[in-house]
Amino acid sequence: MLEQSKAAASLRFNGISKEFPGVRALAQISFEARPNSVHALMGENGAGKSTLLKILGGFYSPNSGNLQIGEQTMSFRSAAESIAHGVAVIHQELQLVPEMTVAENLLLGHMPSRLGVVNRGAMVRRARELLKGLADEIDPNARLGSLSLGQRQLVEIAKAMSRNAHVIAFDEPTSSLSAREIERLMVIIARLRDEGRVILYVSHRMEEVFRICDAVTVFKDGRFVCTFEDMQQLSVDRLVSCMVGRDIEDVYNYRPRPQGGQALRVEGLLGPGVLEPTSFSVNKGEILGLFGLVGAGRTELLRLLAGLSPSRAGRLVLHDQTMMFKSPRDAIAAGVLLCPEDRKKEGIVPRASVAENINISARGHHARFGCLIRGGWERDNARRQITALNIHTPSASQPILYLSGGNQQKAILGRWLSMPMKVLLLDEPTRGIDIGAKAEIYQIIHHLAEQGIAVIVVSSDLMEVMGVSDRILVMSEGAISGELSRNEADEARLLQLALPRSRD
Amino acid sequence: MSQVRKTNSFWLGLNQRKFFDDWVMLLAALGIFVLCALLIDNFMSSLNMRGLGLAISTTGIAACTMLFCLASGHFDLSVGSVIACAGVVAGIVIRDTDSVFFGVSAALAMGLCVGLINGIVIAKLRVNALITTLATMQIVRGLAYIFSNGKAVGVMNEGFFVFGNGQAFGVPVPILITVLCFMFFGWLLNYTTYGRNTMAIGGNQEAAVLAGVNVDRIKIIIFAVHGVIGALAGVILASRMTSGQPMIGQGFELTVISACVLGGVSLSGGIGLIRHVIAGVLILAIIENAMNLKNIDTFYQYVIRGSILLVAVIIDRLRQR
Repeated sequence: MLEQSKAAASLRFNGISKEFPGVRALAQISFEARPNSVHALMGENGAGKSTLLKILGGFYSPNSGNLQIGEQTMSFRSAAESIAHGVAVIHQELQLVPEMTVAENLLLGHMPSRLGVVNRGAMVRRARELLKGLADEIDPNARLGSLSLGQRQLVEIAKAMSRNAHVIAFDEPTSSLSAREIERLMVIIARLRDEGRVILYVSHRMEEVFRICDAVTVFKDGRFVCTFEDMQQLSVDRLVSCMVGRDIEDVYNYRPRPQGGQALRVEGLLGPGVLEPTSFSVNKGEILGLFGLVGAGRTELLRLLAGLSPSRAGRLVLHDQTMMFKSPRDAIAAGVLLCPEDRKKEGIVPRASVAENINISARGHHARFGCLIRGGWERDNARRQITALNIHTPSASQPILYLSGGNQQKAILGRWLSMPMKVLLLDEPTRGIDIGAKAEIYQIIHHLAEQGIAVIVVSSDLMEVMGVSDRILVMSEGAISGELSRNEADEARLLQLALPRSRD
Repeated sequence: MSQVRKTNSFWLGLNQRKFFDDWVMLLAALGIFVLCALLIDNFMSSLNMRGLGLAISTTGIAACTMLFCLASGHFDLSVGSVIACAGVVAGIVIRDTDSVFFGVSAALAMGLCVGLINGIVIAKLRVNALITTLATMQIVRGLAYIFSNGKAVGVMNEGFFVFGNGQAFGVPVPILITVLCFMFFGWLLNYTTYGRNTMAIGGNQEAAVLAGVNVDRIKIIIFAVHGVIGALAGVILASRMTSGQPMIGQGFELTVISACVLGGVSLSGGIGLIRHVIAGVLILAIIENAMNLKNIDTFYQYVIRGSILLVAVIIDRLRQR
């Protein structure tokens, strides 16, 4: 009966506002997402999409406004209430337990049991039913941690379906998936839609939005900007300019620049994830793109260069000096600096202030006797970087976790700009970052290259790699599979080089 | 938002909430102190004030360095044993050599060794701090019994009593040392790379490694310093009691950790200020003192102390929502 009443129910947000101390995250958001459609939420990071999903999922309660599913008005006070009303939010960080089996994860909270003793056979059978048609190949008895990220996401979707969710919201579901996993996800989302559900879809990736979505709502600075209901009439340019108020060509703003001599030469480097001896070089003032599929060894190569993992063979020649880095400290001392892929996990110290996060590496060089902090220098430096990089923060003493991803990334760049730098290694520098901040980060990269710094940019985003690099190396299966100049590079060639050769 | 306004209010971004977080427990300690002064006879008597100061001193000294352990995301359970063993070692060496200097040095060196072992095992061998210090806690306690044959080691040398019973400017030496420790370690935490890096390690160790912080070395220093300071507290305690007692300080490590957490230091690392420690130590000591003055049964005192800790951490959780 519940099913019936919900069958054609749409989801409405009525004047939702949410404030955090010092930040207005959402202001009077109202729009409607219809059943039988995939509704994209777009906007720069910090625009309020994630906050809205958290309200939908019952993690936050709004300061004002409410939700409406069909005729029923509600406002969730907990995640459990949200689930009970048929809402499932699939977060970027999946809410699953890696140590438990797939079946246990699927039925967590309502395992079939008698007097508290779990009926394992029934649990596995039920799990298999749930996975049927979604991911038949997943063994319900497998440990969740042994699954790929894409498979884990499918488990999360199966969990949502097991609760008969009518509204399913995806928060950047494809950000860590392989191309094939994305394909499968698209098919599944289309099926969920055709079953009459309301699907919310948060993503920065234009091609996905245009492929799968039936409507787009754009946010900016916590405010509703507009909803497009006719995707046929909508162009990428129109959507982007609606999001940021600028044209797409401006985003990369590539301009050629003179290159100096060799900055870094890598000879026969081997190590974890880099399976064949790898040699290449990068010039002073050059931006070298490093493209490849997820798992091709690009991150691993950068980690070798940054001294984070031990190399088994090979050597580095930095500004004509042969080097071996045993730790990130060695690499930093030599001027080889890495912005890691996973900002939250490896980049920022979340509860420390923006100023702390900027000064953490450089302070030792400026401290008296190497240990007594110069408060004046630190204040000036933090202020300098915040101004120069246009980091949006209410103050330098704001804990960095309250900043958007783009501003966190800029703070990490500020950390390295406070240091003597020869080679800058950027691992997915704009992942999960909105277009406005992306453009700013590209400008910082260009600016550094103009000063003679060699920049290596790892990216899975074809447009980004082609838009920003002077030269592109492609990696596949732990080895470099090709090199293209800026003019030679196009999507087909890059992808062809990136695909594993064994499949040809 | 104009650029000018932004730079003007740049460092004034401390909002009320941060102010509250930083100072509330110290204000609570003050409030409790005033309440006791008003409600309890003899609380403000000079004899009782001196007793209160001495009660604060041992916990306070050890809590200073426990703050660094907690701020880096670890903790140290061995400190109670180190206190006992330091007293025993000092007592034995003074008895045998009749030199206070050798006795105290030996005790501090013992503390340093235990701290270095803790630090190296935790930082280099990456063993969990709970397990490591649980092991050294028992080892060091055992050594204290072995060295002393299980009996208190009396000290005759008058020079040794300065640490526990001496006075300078009319203030007992232990209290002076405690105040100096609060000042020194508060300064160390805020104004040195060592202190800031300690906070960064507790806040996000992987990020600290990538930012070039020498994580292993700092961890070893944290535990080594904690060992030495624990031994110093042990020496002072032994001096006050004119003997090194191997059975003393059981459960002391938990008192020290509770004082820190009560004051607002985060058990998960990355958050902690010296005023948190001062507040926690004061609150615990004042309440215990008040309960003694009111002749509350020891059995009830346990229940009350535990309840206060529980309520404090619950309030802390609620505040973080």
